[in-house]
Amino acid sequence: MGPAIRLRSAVALQGRFPVLSGVDLDLDQGQVVVILGANGAGKTSLLRFLAGLVPVTAGMAEVLGVDLATTPREVRRRVGLLGHDAGLHEELTPVENLTFALRAARLDPTRAVPALDRVGLAGRPATTVLGRLSAGQRRRVGLALLVARRPQLWLLDEPHASLDEATRAMVGELVEEAASGGAAVVASSHEPDLAVPMADLVVTMAGGAVIGTEQGGRGGGRHVA
Amino acid sequence: MWRDALLIARRDLTIELRSKVGIWQILPFGLLALFLFAFALGPSTDLLKASAPGLFWLAVLFSSILAAQRSLNIEGSVATREANRLLGLDPAGVFLGKAAAMAVELLVLEVVLLLGIVLLFHVAVASWLYVAAALLLPAIGLSAAGVLYGSLAGGATTRSTLLPILVLPVEAPVLIAASKSLSRGLGVATAGAERWLVLLAIFSVVYAVLGIALYGPLEES
Amino acid sequence: MMRTALRKSIGPLSAVLVAVTAWLGLVVTPPDRDQGDYVRLVYLHPALAWVALYVAFGMAAVCSLLYLWKRTRSLRFDRLAASAVEVGVVFTLLTLVTGSIWGRPTWGVWWTWDARLTSTAVLAVLFLGYLALRRVPAEAHVRARRSAVFALLAAVNVPIIHFSVIWWQTLHQGATVLNPNLSPTIHGLMAWTLLLSFLAFTLLFAWMVTVRYEIETLRGDDEQAGLAAAIAARRAEGAPL
Repeated sequence: MGPAIRLRSAVALQGRFPVLSGVDLDLDQGQVVVILGANGAGKTSLLRFLAGLVPVTAGMAEVLGVDLATTPREVRRRVGLLGHDAGLHEELTPVENLTFALRAARLDPTRAVPALDRVGLAGRPATTVLGRLSAGQRRRVGLALLVARRPQLWLLDEPHASLDEATRAMVGELVEEAASGGAAVVASSHEPDLAVPMADLVVTMAGGAVIGTEQGGRGGGRHVA
Repeated sequence: MWRDALLIARRDLTIELRSKVGIWQILPFGLLALFLFAFALGPSTDLLKASAPGLFWLAVLFSSILAAQRSLNIEGSVATREANRLLGLDPAGVFLGKAAAMAVELLVLEVVLLLGIVLLFHVAVASWLYVAAALLLPAIGLSAAGVLYGSLAGGATTRSTLLPILVLPVEAPVLIAASKSLSRGLGVATAGAERWLVLLAIFSVVYAVLGIALYGPLEES
Repeated sequence: MMRTALRKSIGPLSAVLVAVTAWLGLVVTPPDRDQGDYVRLVYLHPALAWVALYVAFGMAAVCSLLYLWKRTRSLRFDRLAASAVEVGVVFTLLTLVTGSIWGRPTWGVWWTWDARLTSTAVLAVLFLGYLALRRVPAEAHVRARRSAVFALLAAVNVPIIHFSVIWWQTLHQGATVLNPNLSPTIHGLMAWTLLLSFLAFTLLFAWMVTVRYEIETLRGDDEQAGLAAAIAARRAEGAPL
């Protein structure tokens, strides 16, 4: 399985501020990396950067074989990004949200219901408008979208935050399923106890750059010096 | 592009039908405007009848600003817009879909307001063909311009006060042309009425094309 | 060297030309048979209108196009366009004021819905809209793109607005009564003065834009300088204390 992510001294600006000040990162497909770091370290910026949403100012950035500096749009359909805000339409139901997204991405819309089943949102919650669901349920819908879209790169921004036990366990399962299925997963987290066990690689960020890497608890990970 | 346009139009209309912002907020505003015009111009119906086409379009024009705001607000929070960017939709299609959805809403508004001026200002339809053209063409033009300038005007808070001064000067020709055309449709002898319809058609085509070309680059920020 | 010499000479040169125009216009040329001394506004109003409607707007449109085209994308063109519009607003408002003053004795009113006056007024509003748009806080390139698109949209709209206003006027009975032709007969020295006024005010516009542009550039330089410093500072956030 080839490299999913190759970053060398990647720099990204937001206005005049360097959110990423020179990031080095390597990740193969089928691997999971967890990003730790304090608030403001650049974790969320890195995730958005990998999705092709932030322009490359300097350095090399290759995601799924696509050069982000020249053709960032190529990578967008192949990645899935899930943040605190699930990024869905409040006035639509989970089924409608997923069907819309799947159709937009030129995928089979019938994947919506099985995906919602997988995250435990079958029946009534699936047909209630998003605005009436709890935060945890909305996050699950976001996860369901990833399950349905099956992107080659999963980008999760603090996936465990404000979730209950059962849902947290589900996040771990879904990450493992995705990685075993050949996708690469990047997850940022404030909770090492939950995150490290599911990772091949654990990377710490500060000041917009990577300052340390270690092996994760998943086993079979590569160590990058 | 057309496929995405249809998808987006359906989404926008579904959201609108469910939230009913158009029905409960924009439509009442349009009707209210007609009443305010009546209060401003005095109870004598002669003046109101003579001014009806212009007043009608003023009401629609102001309501269209609200409708354009609403259309852009449907796009959602920053996170939602970013998530949708990852879906790979054709921006030209998104523009067409949004403009189409807004045009449908404007048409509904126009029909209701037409009924309004018939009842309140004592006008009568002389040529249904003219009236239909006079209602349809501006709906398309105002929607295309509204969505395009709406995307130009920044985020929701800025847009709420900036959009009117950006888009209304540009829509002044529509106001003139639509008023003249509706006038003709209501039986008032109007010189060169066909010319106004042609102007409306040109405006709609120009803005549809401009929107298709420019919406994508503008949303990339 | 040559360019700096050129830039430095525009100011004084335009001052001289405007002074000469003023002298010729106010003192040397004769008053008109019908309009009396009011005819002297012909050395002011048409030149102002020319600069506002064609030079300023044209420059803003061209610079906006150059900014949007990838090969020539540079914030310099954005700054030039913005400077052109800012100075253009001044000239447009002066055009309206001088037009109004000139027409008053002949029309009897301060304003008529004459097609050209109305179109100029709409152009003024479009210029102001451009400036309002620029005041919205955004990254330099985002703001530049929005402004450029708005300027080009305005360029497309001006013909549409112009024609609709003309039809609005001409198809309405009695339009001609309100708008007797203001153009006086021009000959000899008057014609040369008129020509000079166009040159003088165009140069004045060029000088004002140059000054405005330099101010914008100085502001912009503050922003661009120190990328390396910003990166270093950012990385230092993460250094162990």
